[in-house]
Amino acid sequence: MTYETVASAVQQGGAVYFALLFAAVLVYAFWPKNREKFEKAARAALDAEE
Amino acid sequence: MNSSSTPARAQAPDDAALGPAIWLILCLIAALVATIATAASRDALFQFEGYIFIAAFVLGSFGLLAVITRGGFPGQPDKYMDGVIKAGAIATLFWGAAGMLTGVVIAAQLAFPRIFYLPDAGFLNFGRLRPLHTSAVIFAFGGNALIATSFYVVQRTCRARLFGGLLPWIVFWGYQLFIVTAALGYLAGVTRSQEYAEPEWMSTLWLVIVWVAYLLVFLGTIWKRQEPHIYVANWFYLAFIVTIAILVLINNAEVPVSLLDHRSYPLWAGVQSALVQWWYGHNAVGFFLTAGFLAMMYYFIPKRAERPIYSYRLSIVHFWALIFIYIWAGPHHLHYTALPQWAQTLGMTFSVMLWMPSWGGMINGLMTLSGAWDRLRTDPVIRMLVVSLAFYGMSTFEGPVMSIRTVNSLSHYTDWTIGHVHSGALGWVGFVTFGSLYCMVPWLWKKKGLYSNALVEWHFWIATTGILLYITSMWVSGIMEGLMWREYTPQGFLAYSFAETVSARHVENVVRLAGGLMYLSGLLIMIYNLWRTIRAPSTEREAVPAVAPIPAAAE
Repeated sequence: MTYETVASAVQQGGAVYFALLFAAVLVYAFWPKNREKFEKAARAALDAEE
Repeated sequence: MNSSSTPARAQAPDDAALGPAIWLILCLIAALVATIATAASRDALFQFEGYIFIAAFVLGSFGLLAVITRGGFPGQPDKYMDGVIKAGAIATLFWGAAGMLTGVVIAAQLAFPRIFYLPDAGFLNFGRLRPLHTSAVIFAFGGNALIATSFYVVQRTCRARLFGGLLPWIVFWGYQLFIVTAALGYLAGVTRSQEYAEPEWMSTLWLVIVWVAYLLVFLGTIWKRQEPHIYVANWFYLAFIVTIAILVLINNAEVPVSLLDHRSYPLWAGVQSALVQWWYGHNAVGFFLTAGFLAMMYYFIPKRAERPIYSYRLSIVHFWALIFIYIWAGPHHLHYTALPQWAQTLGMTFSVMLWMPSWGGMINGLMTLSGAWDRLRTDPVIRMLVVSLAFYGMSTFEGPVMSIRTVNSLSHYTDWTIGHVHSGALGWVGFVTFGSLYCMVPWLWKKKGLYSNALVEWHFWIATTGILLYITSMWVSGIMEGLMWREYTPQGFLAYSFAETVSARHVENVVRLAGGLMYLSGLLIMIYNLWRTIRAPSTEREAVPAVAPIPAAAE
């Protein structure tokens, strides 16, 4: 196992990992079922008591 | 309306918390260990730090004894724990004044090299004072602001009392002890000489203990939350706490010369050491000075503007993008060094990518004001918070530009970098902290409002003018310096000696000093205003009996 094979595996793996993670975040953020939860959460600071 | 009551169930996990008696025993053991180590050491600087630890543990023991004789620590599971937050707000103001005053002193030393130069008092040298300034404003002022507001926000958004009984107080006082040992150590000459990572191993070890306690308090409070969803501000705070722990542990991987010596050797050497240092250093910016303060923004701007967050989805997307991308940006501090070029390019690329999540946060904060833009005119606190976002946007645009290798060849090692850091530190971190404190202090002390809005106006305009003087003078000075360094004569020699580039910056250094003095003056006005606010009559008395607390359904 040379430095080059490790480096390219890590680089390509990192790109895939980042893309998948970001896709998962987008899916979570835009999942229709979460809309209501997020709308409530957007008001969380307002609804909190001082 | 009754402010500090939280519903039910908050009680159970606190039963596991350590009582004051156990804390007293631990504190006495720590005092004993510190005394033995100090007595056995032959290293004067180690002993100097040892005396600070002994004094702190003895004082702490007396404090705990006082708690015990008064009948223990009041549990009050149905109430938010606000005392420690009040202490944190006061500590923030104190360290802010101390750190910014040190900044003014060293700015004066740069403008007038003979001023405050006393050969007999080595601790007043620029080299000793400069890390004192950076650590005091970042870790003491910023750190106390983060700890205090995180304790405030996590309780309100989780509707649960802080976890751990006395533990939040241990975190507060433990953190102050870390600050004092680090700061006095710098003055005495105890330093690792790595930027933002100067504290030696004794102080760092103590910080790690305190930080784990902080993480426990924060996680424990989230664990017992009444609110099913974890609010986005808490995500930012948690990212800040967890990442700082990892950064400190890895950058401080070191072996003490002996357990009775203040010096240590790092495990990293050469270019690895440089890479780890700037991985640490840039993520101190990303997670300490950005993620934590974005958490403040996500609570205090909606609360003060009385508007919901513009887009909660955007807050989720930019949170994950920000933390994923920031962690790679460090190598842009090492352009044109022994670091392999691909690593420099990687750091540069990620820095440019960072522009998007950074501006995602700025846009989300600014647009939260939609429908309440008139508040900018009428409420100086809102204006301060909004201007903090403007500076955040500006410095997170400037940063990626400066990380580009060719731009960096001009800007690196010049005052441009100093100006960039201060537009982020004074404009973003400072202003968002001031705005949050202006909100939080009247709420915590149960006051109708601030003592004087006019004084907030004065603070705002004096400080804003000060920042502008600071950053514009540093742009001029930095670009001039960079151009002078790369100027060649027709014969191929450097056109300017280094001393010539230093003396060319005199006027800019004086303007910078004036800007810093104005910023400090603004803070002093704020301290006066908040002190008068705290001393004003409280609204608590009318509020409490009027509304019967419904709190403890489970009791």
